[in-house]
Amino acid sequence: MPKMSLSHFEASVLFALFTSIVLGVITKRTDRERVRYAAYCFACFIAAIFGLSWLMYLGHG
Amino acid sequence: MAETTNALPPASRWAPAVILAWLIPGGGHFLLKRPGRGAVLAACVVSMFLLGLMMRGALFSPQTGDILTTVIYVGGFIANVLSGALYLLTNWLGYNQVDVAGHVHDYGTKFLVAAGLLNLLAMVDAFEIATGRKD
Repeated sequence: MPKMSLSHFEASVLFALFTSIVLGVITKRTDRERVRYAAYCFACFIAAIFGLSWLMYLGHG
Repeated sequence: MAETTNALPPASRWAPAVILAWLIPGGGHFLLKRPGRGAVLAACVVSMFLLGLMMRGALFSPQTGDILTTVIYVGGFIANVLSGALYLLTNWLGYNQVDVAGHVHDYGTKFLVAAGLLNLLAMVDAFEIATGRKD
Protein backbone atom coordinates (compact mmCIF):
# COMPACT_ATOMS: atom_id res chain seq x y z
CA MET A 1 0.00 0.00 0.00
CA PRO A 2 1.61 3.31 -1.07
CA LYS A 3 2.07 5.87 1.64
CA MET A 4 0.60 9.32 1.32
CA SER A 5 1.54 12.38 3.30
CA LEU A 6 -0.82 15.33 3.08
CA SER A 7 -0.78 18.72 4.75
CA HIS A 8 -3.65 19.81 7.00
CA PHE A 9 -5.03 21.91 4.17
CA GLU A 10 -4.87 19.18 1.53
CA ALA A 11 -6.50 16.61 3.82
CA SER A 12 -9.23 19.06 4.83
CA VAL A 13 -10.00 19.98 1.22
CA LEU A 14 -10.21 16.32 0.17
CA PHE A 15 -12.48 15.56 3.12
CA ALA A 16 -14.67 18.54 2.18
CA LEU A 17 -14.80 17.51 -1.46
CA PHE A 18 -15.95 13.91 -0.95
CA THR A 19 -18.36 14.77 1.85
CA SER A 20 -19.93 17.59 -0.19
CA ILE A 21 -20.45 15.35 -3.21
CA VAL A 22 -22.16 12.65 -1.15
CA LEU A 23 -24.35 15.21 0.64
CA GLY A 24 -25.36 16.67 -2.71
CA VAL A 25 -26.15 13.29 -4.24
CA ILE A 26 -28.30 11.96 -1.42
CA THR A 27 -30.22 15.04 -0.33
CA LYS A 28 -31.50 16.57 -3.57
CA ARG A 29 -33.79 15.27 -6.27
CA THR A 30 -32.51 16.70 -9.54
CA ASP A 31 -28.99 16.74 -10.93
CA ARG A 32 -28.96 20.53 -11.06
CA GLU A 33 -29.96 20.78 -7.38
CA ARG A 34 -27.36 18.17 -6.47
CA VAL A 35 -24.53 20.04 -8.16
CA ARG A 36 -25.60 23.35 -6.62
CA TYR A 37 -25.92 21.88 -3.12
CA ALA A 38 -22.59 20.03 -3.37
CA ALA A 39 -20.90 23.28 -4.46
CA TYR A 40 -22.61 25.13 -1.61
CA CYS A 41 -21.48 22.57 0.98
CA PHE A 42 -17.95 22.63 -0.41
CA ALA A 43 -17.86 26.43 -0.22
CA CYS A 44 -19.09 26.28 3.40
CA PHE A 45 -16.39 23.73 4.28
CA ILE A 46 -13.69 25.88 2.68
CA ALA A 47 -14.98 29.01 4.44
CA ALA A 48 -14.93 27.10 7.75
CA ILE A 49 -11.39 25.85 7.09
CA PHE A 50 -10.07 29.35 6.41
CA GLY A 51 -12.12 30.92 9.20
CA LEU A 52 -11.02 28.44 11.85
CA SER A 53 -7.43 28.52 10.59
CA TRP A 54 -7.28 32.30 10.98
CA LEU A 55 -8.98 32.05 14.37
CA MET A 56 -6.35 29.58 15.59
CA TYR A 57 -3.54 31.67 14.07
CA LEU A 58 -4.75 34.87 15.73
CA GLY A 59 -5.54 33.04 18.97
CA HIS A 60 -1.97 31.81 19.23
CA GLY A 61 -0.61 35.34 18.64
CA MET B 1 -58.92 14.10 4.09
CA ALA B 2 -56.19 11.99 2.57
CA GLU B 3 -54.33 9.81 5.04
CA THR B 4 -50.64 9.17 4.73
CA THR B 5 -49.19 5.94 6.00
CA ASN B 6 -45.65 5.57 7.33
CA ALA B 7 -45.85 1.81 7.74
CA LEU B 8 -42.59 0.07 6.91
CA PRO B 9 -42.86 -1.99 3.71
CA PRO B 10 -41.87 -5.67 3.90
CA ALA B 11 -38.16 -6.26 4.38
CA SER B 12 -37.99 -8.26 1.16
CA ARG B 13 -38.54 -4.99 -0.70
CA TRP B 14 -35.69 -2.98 0.80
CA ALA B 15 -33.34 -5.36 2.64
CA PRO B 16 -31.43 -6.62 -0.45
CA ALA B 17 -30.67 -3.06 -1.57
CA VAL B 18 -29.62 -1.94 1.92
CA ILE B 19 -27.43 -4.99 2.51
CA LEU B 20 -25.80 -4.62 -0.90
CA ALA B 21 -25.33 -0.89 -0.24
CA TRP B 22 -23.49 -1.77 2.98
CA LEU B 23 -21.38 -4.53 1.46
CA ILE B 24 -20.44 -2.71 -1.75
CA PRO B 25 -20.56 1.09 -1.60
CA GLY B 26 -23.00 2.26 -4.29
CA GLY B 27 -24.17 -1.33 -4.87
CA GLY B 28 -27.66 -0.68 -3.56
CA HIS B 29 -28.15 2.10 -6.10
CA PHE B 30 -26.96 -0.15 -8.92
CA LEU B 31 -29.47 -2.79 -7.79
CA LEU B 32 -32.21 -0.14 -7.80
CA LYS B 33 -31.26 0.96 -11.33
CA ARG B 34 -29.61 4.23 -10.30
CA PRO B 35 -26.14 3.57 -11.72
CA GLY B 36 -25.09 7.21 -11.99
CA ARG B 37 -25.71 7.96 -8.35
CA GLY B 38 -24.27 4.59 -7.35
CA ALA B 39 -21.05 5.26 -9.26
CA VAL B 40 -20.60 8.68 -7.66
CA LEU B 41 -21.25 7.33 -4.15
CA ALA B 42 -18.92 4.38 -4.74
CA ALA B 43 -16.16 6.65 -6.03
CA CYS B 44 -16.43 8.95 -3.00
CA VAL B 45 -16.59 6.22 -0.35
CA VAL B 46 -13.84 4.08 -1.90
CA SER B 47 -11.58 7.10 -2.49
CA MET B 48 -12.02 8.26 1.07
CA PHE B 49 -11.31 4.79 2.46
CA LEU B 50 -8.22 4.28 0.29
CA LEU B 51 -6.89 7.73 1.15
CA GLY B 52 -7.37 6.84 4.82
CA LEU B 53 -5.40 3.63 4.37
CA MET B 54 -2.64 5.38 2.41
CA MET B 55 -2.34 7.95 5.18
CA ARG B 56 -1.78 5.00 7.50
CA GLY B 57 -4.98 5.56 9.42
CA ALA B 58 -5.99 3.00 12.04
CA LEU B 59 -9.17 0.95 12.21
CA PHE B 60 -10.91 0.92 15.58
CA SER B 61 -11.54 -2.17 17.66
CA PRO B 62 -14.30 -1.94 20.26
CA GLN B 63 -13.11 -1.04 23.75
CA THR B 64 -15.09 -0.08 26.80
CA GLY B 65 -14.12 1.86 29.89
CA ASP B 66 -15.08 5.40 30.73
CA ILE B 67 -17.81 6.98 28.65
CA LEU B 68 -15.42 8.84 26.32
CA THR B 69 -13.40 5.71 25.57
CA THR B 70 -16.58 3.74 24.89
CA VAL B 71 -18.04 6.40 22.59
CA ILE B 72 -14.81 6.83 20.62
CA TYR B 73 -13.80 3.20 20.24
CA VAL B 74 -17.22 1.55 19.87
CA GLY B 75 -18.48 4.42 17.70
CA GLY B 76 -15.33 4.31 15.59
CA PHE B 77 -15.61 0.55 15.24
CA ILE B 78 -19.24 0.78 14.10
CA ALA B 79 -18.34 3.52 11.61
CA ASN B 80 -15.47 1.39 10.26
CA VAL B 81 -17.72 -1.67 9.88
CA LEU B 82 -20.20 0.46 7.90
CA SER B 83 -17.64 0.54 5.07
CA GLY B 84 -18.65 -3.07 4.34
CA ALA B 85 -16.37 -5.07 2.08
CA LEU B 86 -13.66 -2.41 2.28
CA TYR B 87 -13.39 -2.97 6.03
CA LEU B 88 -13.55 -6.75 5.73
CA LEU B 89 -10.92 -6.87 2.97
CA THR B 90 -8.63 -4.52 4.89
CA ASN B 91 -8.71 -6.80 7.89
CA TRP B 92 -8.43 -10.04 5.91
CA LEU B 93 -5.53 -8.78 3.79
CA GLY B 94 -3.70 -7.38 6.81
CA TYR B 95 -3.74 -3.69 5.87
CA ASN B 96 -5.00 -2.71 9.31
CA GLN B 97 -2.36 -0.61 10.99
CA VAL B 98 -1.53 0.26 14.54
CA ASP B 99 -2.52 3.68 15.82
CA VAL B 100 0.50 5.99 15.81
CA ALA B 101 0.93 9.66 16.59
CA GLY B 102 1.04 12.25 13.83
CA HIS B 103 -1.38 14.50 12.05
CA VAL B 104 -1.34 12.52 8.78
CA HIS B 105 -2.18 9.26 10.57
CA ASP B 106 -4.86 11.06 12.53
CA TYR B 107 -6.43 12.38 9.34
CA GLY B 108 -6.22 8.86 7.91
CA THR B 109 -8.17 7.47 10.86
CA LYS B 110 -10.79 10.19 10.40
CA PHE B 111 -11.03 9.45 6.67
CA LEU B 112 -11.64 5.75 7.41
CA VAL B 113 -14.42 6.64 9.86
CA ALA B 114 -15.91 9.22 7.48
CA ALA B 115 -15.95 6.69 4.62
CA GLY B 116 -18.15 4.42 6.76
CA LEU B 117 -20.46 7.27 7.71
CA LEU B 118 -20.82 8.36 4.08
CA ASN B 119 -21.67 4.76 3.22
CA LEU B 120 -24.34 4.87 5.94
CA LEU B 121 -25.87 7.88 4.17
CA ALA B 122 -25.80 5.90 0.92
CA MET B 123 -27.55 2.98 2.67
CA VAL B 124 -30.29 5.29 3.97
CA ASP B 125 -30.69 6.72 0.46
CA ALA B 126 -30.98 3.19 -0.98
CA PHE B 127 -33.59 2.38 1.68
CA GLU B 128 -35.65 5.45 0.78
CA ILE B 129 -35.49 4.64 -2.93
CA ALA B 130 -36.41 0.99 -2.34
CA THR B 131 -39.42 1.92 -0.21
CA GLY B 132 -40.65 4.50 -2.72
CA ARG B 133 -40.10 7.50 -0.47
CA LYS B 134 -37.69 8.97 -2.98
CA ASP B 135 -37.07 8.74 -6.74
